[in-house]
Amino acid sequence: MQPEARILPVTPAQSETRAQLALILLGGGVFLAAALFMTLGARGSWAFVLQFRGMKLLGLILIAHAVAVSTVLFQTVTANRILTPSIMGFDALFVLSSTLLIAFMGSVQLSGLDPRLLFAARLIVMTLFSMALYRWLFLGEEQSLHRLLLTGVVFGIFLRTLAEFVQRMLDPNEFMVLSDMLFASFTKIDPVLMGIGWALVLAVTLWLARNLARLDVIGLGRPVAVNLGIRWRRDVLLVLALVSVLVAVSTALVGPVTFFGLLAASLARLAVGTTRHAVLLPAASLTAMLLLIGGQTLLERLFAFNTALGIVIEFFGGVVFLILLLKGGRR
Amino acid sequence: MIETRALRKSYGSSLVLDEVSLTLPRGGITSIIGANGAGKSTLLSVISRLLTADSGAVSIDSQDIFRAAGPELARKLAVLRQDNHLNARLTVKELVSFGRYPHSKGRLTPACREAVNHAMTWLDLTALSDRFLDQLSGGQRQRAFVAMTLAQETDYILLDEPLNNLDMKNARAMMLTLRQAVQALQKTVVMVLHDINFASVHSDRIIAMKAGRVIHSGTPAQIITPAILRDVYDMEITVQEIDGHRFAFYYG
Repeated sequence: MQPEARILPVTPAQSETRAQLALILLGGGVFLAAALFMTLGARGSWAFVLQFRGMKLLGLILIAHAVAVSTVLFQTVTANRILTPSIMGFDALFVLSSTLLIAFMGSVQLSGLDPRLLFAARLIVMTLFSMALYRWLFLGEEQSLHRLLLTGVVFGIFLRTLAEFVQRMLDPNEFMVLSDMLFASFTKIDPVLMGIGWALVLAVTLWLARNLARLDVIGLGRPVAVNLGIRWRRDVLLVLALVSVLVAVSTALVGPVTFFGLLAASLARLAVGTTRHAVLLPAASLTAMLLLIGGQTLLERLFAFNTALGIVIEFFGGVVFLILLLKGGRR
Repeated sequence: MIETRALRKSYGSSLVLDEVSLTLPRGGITSIIGANGAGKSTLLSVISRLLTADSGAVSIDSQDIFRAAGPELARKLAVLRQDNHLNARLTVKELVSFGRYPHSKGRLTPACREAVNHAMTWLDLTALSDRFLDQLSGGQRQRAFVAMTLAQETDYILLDEPLNNLDMKNARAMMLTLRQAVQALQKTVVMVLHDINFASVHSDRIIAMKAGRVIHSGTPAQIITPAILRDVYDMEITVQEIDGHRFAFYYG
């Protein structure tokens, strides 16, 4: 019996109740956090405060959802619970794609471009890259988690360093444009990008909602899934493309966050105690929202910090990553 | 009918399947025997499209399996491998219900529920249906996976060492269940077996493999002989006939 079986529900009825309770509590928590975020410590005109904070809130919800869902999907197709798109370097790939775009096209051409078109270009370059780079890792007939983990970490570092290397060779003006493009934060979100982000993420979510059963089958691992008629190659590539889109949206809005997705997905798994995507995906998304909105409210309103949320979340996410690694990583 | 034509497969520089051409008729139980590394599991995996061959072709009822659509093939052929580690946490009933996915895409119809219950009854799992897989013994878990492949309601069932993890009682029960499925439901079962005596007693045909080739095939009476077993396993094995079945003795 698994060591963690002690904290998991014992009967299907318990499991059902536990999952429902967890979803309700998480939903309530997010609602409360959002209400506090919108109203706490507001001064001056309410119309202004609500509009200003509402934009921020929409951004936080979008990022939380994108990061959490991409992590769960990624863990489903790779059949593990330690790896996340960011550990495998997906966000580094997005940074690299943007850097290469600037390096080859020049900032002058790019600054004249419609930001939506620019984002589309970055997204397409990144998705193509991720398909080319990662397909051989995930489509193999026999996978070793350890090989995947090692390759992923090396890939991540390689891509990050490559991006930095190209950035160093950029003309200072172009580097400025790039920095503007890359280094956003949880509190400074571009409204145009957010519009595109919402549209993309809603489209992905809609597809997911119609394919929950298929994701459950994919989660059984390649041999069982192929036996049940999943076209593994096509479906895994499709899910990886969706992961690319979600990572691109969140990276474009707030820059790379390495361990946030892992933290949210792991906490959600613990909370719901089931691997059914119909429960797990919303739970992960709500957990991420609670962490992000709750954390932002605490730090911004109670402690009057502005930039520390990313650091705090990364710290706890990193701790979870280490715990999972030490537990042997299979589950 | 399952047909393979000149299948070749190698891992790195070692050839695991060497020009395997084989015809397995419909109906009955076929056992694949051979020493470790003879290519038995690889052959089973290639036939069931879990592995791709380097060259050659596999067809089922004259349909090429690598061209067939996934769900369509999954309603015709079910396969179960040896080592079934799941990342998901499921009850027995949930696992068996997954067998209906090729038919219903996750929305269970009344016919599906009936097939699931039926499969659980066949494998004596009804009392365990609400237990989680991680609460079961290895043998019970193995039976749950076999029940999933039965619930798939395919003509062909391919099993890689279905007796793994099973004690004598459960191993025999499993073989009897499979025989019943073959007789009552006209299934075709192909399985890799290590225990040649189970193969001898319960198979209609035996295929013997060595170094990636099929070296002998025929009825148990034809295959379970000292000469052929020496050829397959490179050791002296006595064969005795008891109650009309041939048994190999290799314990001494």
